[in-house]
Amino acid sequence: MKKLMTGNEALARGAYEAGILFASAYPGTPSTEILENMATYNEVDAEWAPNEKVALEAAIGASIAGARSMASMKHVGLNVAADPLFTYVYTGVNAGMVIITADEPGQHSSQNEQDNRNYAKAAKIPMMEPSSSQESKDMMKEAFALSEEYDTPILMRVTTRGCHSKGIVECGERETAPERKYVKDVNKTVTVPAIAIQLRRKLEDRLVLLKEFSEKTEHNRVEDNGVKTGVIASGMAYCFAKEVFGDDVSYLKLGFTYPLPTDLIKSFCDKMDKVYIIEENDPYIEETVRMLGFNPIGKTLFPPYGEMTPDVIRKCVFGETIETIEYDQTDVVPRPPALCAGCPHRGFFYELGKRKNIMVAGDIGCYTLGFAAPYNAMDFNICMGASISAGHGAQKAFDMLGSDMRVVSVLGDSTFFHTGINSLMEVLYNNSRTVNVILDNRITGMTGHQENPGSGRHANLSDAPIMDIEAIVKALGAKNVAIIDPNDLKKMNETLDWALSLDEPSVIITRWPCVLKRLTQADKEEFENVFTEKYSVDQEKCVGCKLCLKCGCPAISLGRESRLAKIDSLTCVGCSVCSQICPTHAIGKEAK
Amino acid sequence: MTKSILLVGVGGQGTILASKLLTIGLMQEGYDVKMSEIHGMSQRGGSVSSQVRYGTEEVCSPVIEKGSADILVSFEKMEALRWLEYLKKGGKVVVNDYEINPMPVLMDKREYASNLLEQIQKVAETKVVNATDEAAKLGNGKVMNIILLGTIIKLMNLQNIDWESIIKDNVKPAFAEDNVKALKVGMTLV
Repeated sequence: MKKLMTGNEALARGAYEAGILFASAYPGTPSTEILENMATYNEVDAEWAPNEKVALEAAIGASIAGARSMASMKHVGLNVAADPLFTYVYTGVNAGMVIITADEPGQHSSQNEQDNRNYAKAAKIPMMEPSSSQESKDMMKEAFALSEEYDTPILMRVTTRGCHSKGIVECGERETAPERKYVKDVNKTVTVPAIAIQLRRKLEDRLVLLKEFSEKTEHNRVEDNGVKTGVIASGMAYCFAKEVFGDDVSYLKLGFTYPLPTDLIKSFCDKMDKVYIIEENDPYIEETVRMLGFNPIGKTLFPPYGEMTPDVIRKCVFGETIETIEYDQTDVVPRPPALCAGCPHRGFFYELGKRKNIMVAGDIGCYTLGFAAPYNAMDFNICMGASISAGHGAQKAFDMLGSDMRVVSVLGDSTFFHTGINSLMEVLYNNSRTVNVILDNRITGMTGHQENPGSGRHANLSDAPIMDIEAIVKALGAKNVAIIDPNDLKKMNETLDWALSLDEPSVIITRWPCVLKRLTQADKEEFENVFTEKYSVDQEKCVGCKLCLKCGCPAISLGRESRLAKIDSLTCVGCSVCSQICPTHAIGKEAK
Repeated sequence: MTKSILLVGVGGQGTILASKLLTIGLMQEGYDVKMSEIHGMSQRGGSVSSQVRYGTEEVCSPVIEKGSADILVSFEKMEALRWLEYLKKGGKVVVNDYEINPMPVLMDKREYASNLLEQIQKVAETKVVNATDEAAKLGNGKVMNIILLGTIIKLMNLQNIDWESIIKDNVKPAFAEDNVKALKVGMTLV
């Protein structure tokens, strides 16, 4: 049956057809929908793990025990999962296993643009790169068989444009995977040095066989258009190149990209007068082509960052882009991402932003928006979980340097479960007087509302046990713990005063659900009447001082004529933060 | 020859459903189809686009380049002006006469210009529709997106595709009838 599928849907479909039984992931754009789609297949146990390392390790266990399995993550997630990755390549698999890395050329929603093709080379793991939804489905299905045949996990490298683009896919039926009965074999799976040294040598033998496969597979193929100008490309860059050059060049399309088919590359380049290497980010293919003694046109012409979309290729190769309509863009106002109306982070950042002499250590989530106006309440963010640990180091340094700066570390519930727990151990064990704020909105927000160990549901929306953040932090040894409603500004302020008055670590848990969460029964019981109120502005009392605009709520604006505040009642969900800010008490709850 | 349709709006306006129905119809008609969306950081209120490309031969890139959309359909006025550089010279614009204030306007830092439609009309062949009001007339404000889909179908000459059954197969039964009506209204507006 033909269906229109995104790359992510197609990857999940391919795994499903390959008879996969176990899938695990941590959400991250652009990979999130892979596991979400996996969870729609009842035959598969598809799980959200607390982080990518745990996801990969769970998939490894399933593979060892005899079930085809996969772990999917965004590019930076593979950094977290790199530890198990490298060693599972040594041991090899029992049942087939595939790791999907979803890279982000162009950094549409990421903190960096690392090119994870380098991981294939570093970890010596075979890599595939689909160029369309159909290929995503087909390669994924084939990858499990290859994984078993060559006794290695496979790295599937995709990029944002592939993940989030739809194309037509011919779907097949689910197959039952070949039986891979578990047989204990310590010489394969226990990586003590004496054994791992043997595995290390075997790995090189395996790479020789994989290189032979790379030379003959259909995924690496020449499209000869009878011309002497050639293009070598893989993944989405191949589609972009074909859009620009059409049949005017010959192509070497690479779909199996580690190990690279050096004989095939050599024979292709030998026939060409000129070769363009079109690849996003690092000169991964180009370096190999140069090593083979050729002088292709690659990063000397094309940028080493961003997407290689047709306009970029066109500009680099032909020095031109398609002509556009000329018009004045002065009146185009940007739409920067903003905290939603009713976002529980608003009250916290509004109060925090007013503090002086503090450094705010931030993290990865919707709350990163606290850095921007009108809050201006964040100094840095690095990676998942780093707020609490980097904040710890910063506080220690300030104290040793004789500075009176105080550090407030801020992260969300899902990020706390991800790696923030370890960071809090650092704070409590090595004792820094940081204020550690866990913004518990009961869901993983920014990636589009995925469940987590604290949300009360599994990936397939069945009921789940809830990890109690308060109990966790107290069990770790936190003595100064406060749990508050972040919409209560007075309480928020007092709690920050209290935490900053201490000379030892404290933990503040702000507890209020994300306005977009599908509430669980437990949420409804805890947060009575949540998001059911509306607030409005009494136009008689409003003096147009604009102080309410400082809470950055998309529901509040100034009347064009009146210059008085007004609240859009369709957008307002009644968090009440603006009403607490208004100096003339002009904002009040609407009668029902 | 690959055709390119660019649907733009503000997160939450329903561009995704409209483009989904459009691509299903094009696939059923036998075209090769690709569609690209970028989503991530902005949950609500951000500028969104769905890029649809189709043709009788293989469609290579899912991305519409600047200066190459055959038609730009904007669910909101400011977004039409923002994405206008993607329209090819001689391409058509359909713009919904509807304003959603961006944050800098709400914060009183910038102004939402009152003459955006005139600015667009000055440089491109433009049809202004009031899909929001037309949807309200049908008694269901949410079908605004399907009204705009109707305008695309008419302007791209895709009327011979069986849109009614595509809607019925892909929309919740309770809303199917409203959506079919909306599509017909849209086709009469341009």
